[in-house]
Amino acid sequence: MAAANIRFDKQADGSYLLDVKGYGCPHVQIYTEKALKKLASGEELSVVFDNPSSGESISFMCMLDGHGLLERRDEGGTFAWRIRKA
Amino acid sequence: MAPAIAPAAAKRRGPFISAALLLVALLVSLAYLATDLRFGYLLVYAWFGIGYGVLLQYGRFCMASAVRDLFAVGVPRMAVGVLVAVILYALISAGIQVAGFNSFHAHPLGWHVPIGGLLFGLGMVLAGGCASSSLYKSGEGNLASVLVLLAISFSQAWVVSAGGWLNRLVPAAWAQQAATQDMPAELAITDGWFDQFTAGYLWQLSGGTLVDHLKLPAEWWSYLFGNALLVAILPSLVLLVLLYARNYRKVYLRQQGKQTLTWRGELRGLWSLLTQSRNTALAGAGLGILAGLQMLVTGELRDLHGIFNFGELLAAMGYTEGLSLQDSVFDPGYWYITTQEAQWGAWALAQAGVEMRDNLFFGLDNGLPSPLLNAPGMMSIGIIVGAAVLANISGEFKWKWPNAETALLAIAGGVLMGIGSRIGMGCNIGAFFATVTNGDASGWVFLVGMAAGGYVSVKLLKAWIDWRLARSGLDF
Repeated sequence: MAAANIRFDKQADGSYLLDVKGYGCPHVQIYTEKALKKLASGEELSVVFDNPSSGESISFMCMLDGHGLLERRDEGGTFAWRIRKA
Repeated sequence: MAPAIAPAAAKRRGPFISAALLLVALLVSLAYLATDLRFGYLLVYAWFGIGYGVLLQYGRFCMASAVRDLFAVGVPRMAVGVLVAVILYALISAGIQVAGFNSFHAHPLGWHVPIGGLLFGLGMVLAGGCASSSLYKSGEGNLASVLVLLAISFSQAWVVSAGGWLNRLVPAAWAQQAATQDMPAELAITDGWFDQFTAGYLWQLSGGTLVDHLKLPAEWWSYLFGNALLVAILPSLVLLVLLYARNYRKVYLRQQGKQTLTWRGELRGLWSLLTQSRNTALAGAGLGILAGLQMLVTGELRDLHGIFNFGELLAAMGYTEGLSLQDSVFDPGYWYITTQEAQWGAWALAQAGVEMRDNLFFGLDNGLPSPLLNAPGMMSIGIIVGAAVLANISGEFKWKWPNAETALLAIAGGVLMGIGSRIGMGCNIGAFFATVTNGDASGWVFLVGMAAGGYVSVKLLKAWIDWRLARSGLDF
């Protein structure tokens, strides 16, 4: 079920993890947007996903909202991106 | 901290897998040609499909994304890319029309167009991709997209052939009109919702390109200024300006550190929006060029063989099994997605003993050839192969099994897209992209329905996600 397949945890002070592997569009970008809304300015979110096209939407979303895309790791079709909230 | 993810062994293997896929495609092509050189006609579809697949995967080209991301997260990237593709394809189509190789048939315009678009739009957001993006995502190893394809195939096959309780939904006027049509008895057109929709409703409607409607002469300027400029390019430019003003201008002002812009500044902002969608726009340009070239090459081949339809060539080669009563098969000669998928579904059902040819859709118009002889079907397979080739090279290929929720949404969305595409006479490609770019404004009506369906579906999906999260304990 949806919730059972998603992880959203606080990893350390100011650092969160959102794992939405297994989900496609638009779930990945909607969950990312929701997670970013929970963060305070300057906090970081690591998003792990495996739907390539969601990456395009997330990077555009970061550009629109001014979030910093700090790191983009793409390995074997699984993506781990680190975003700093504006 | 991001968690550790799998080593990149797949990325190292990827180029070899891509080379193997292309080698297999080449060997299969040679086998077809060794059987009969006239199969070159079918192979043109297949290799253009591979080209489309590469470009679709490169640009993540998806009409569902164009509509959905705009409503769901305010991202106009894909909508911009699609509009750029429309502009470029329209210019190329005008050239093809001037050259006399255009194989496009305008769609009749009526209420079925926005209703079909609405159902299609509802489905594509639920499914996570439109008809063409489900093909390219299948090539990325996304098995939820394979489920979408199956659902589109079988739901179309069902809706065009089913009678029974569906007959009770047929308005009396359609039934009366259909009964007056002089059609072969084996088609049984007074039995079946879709037959009576076609013979009792669609056949009473008319459609055409702007050049047809205005009775403009068959001159280059008619196609360029009538069909391309007025029907495709100007509406696309208006939409691009609206997207810029509504979704991007404030970001551009922030980036520039300004409160207002001169006209020149506004144009630079618009250009910045286009370049932000660079991959999609480039893919759109490539798709436009390929789609136009496909029409040209297919037209040349038809001239070479002296045919109007691939069915004639199949009959000449001795393959008469899957032909329609008119000895034809589905053979649009351009980029199309859903009808060949309906044929796949119906062919599978026919192998299981279900009667699938007592209807207008397969029995009279499109035939039911084996998938090995289905030329547009080979284009769809080519799209999957082309996307798999690029996804393996870029290291993005990954087998992805859907969870229960994703599988359910894929099937439900695929069924809605299948039904919507038959009522609306095509999908986001056949009923929108290929129509507006050939001067048939009915595609914009389909887009309005599709956008409305997409909007409603985004709201439903967001409500579903909120409901799930509220019960999950996750702190969103």
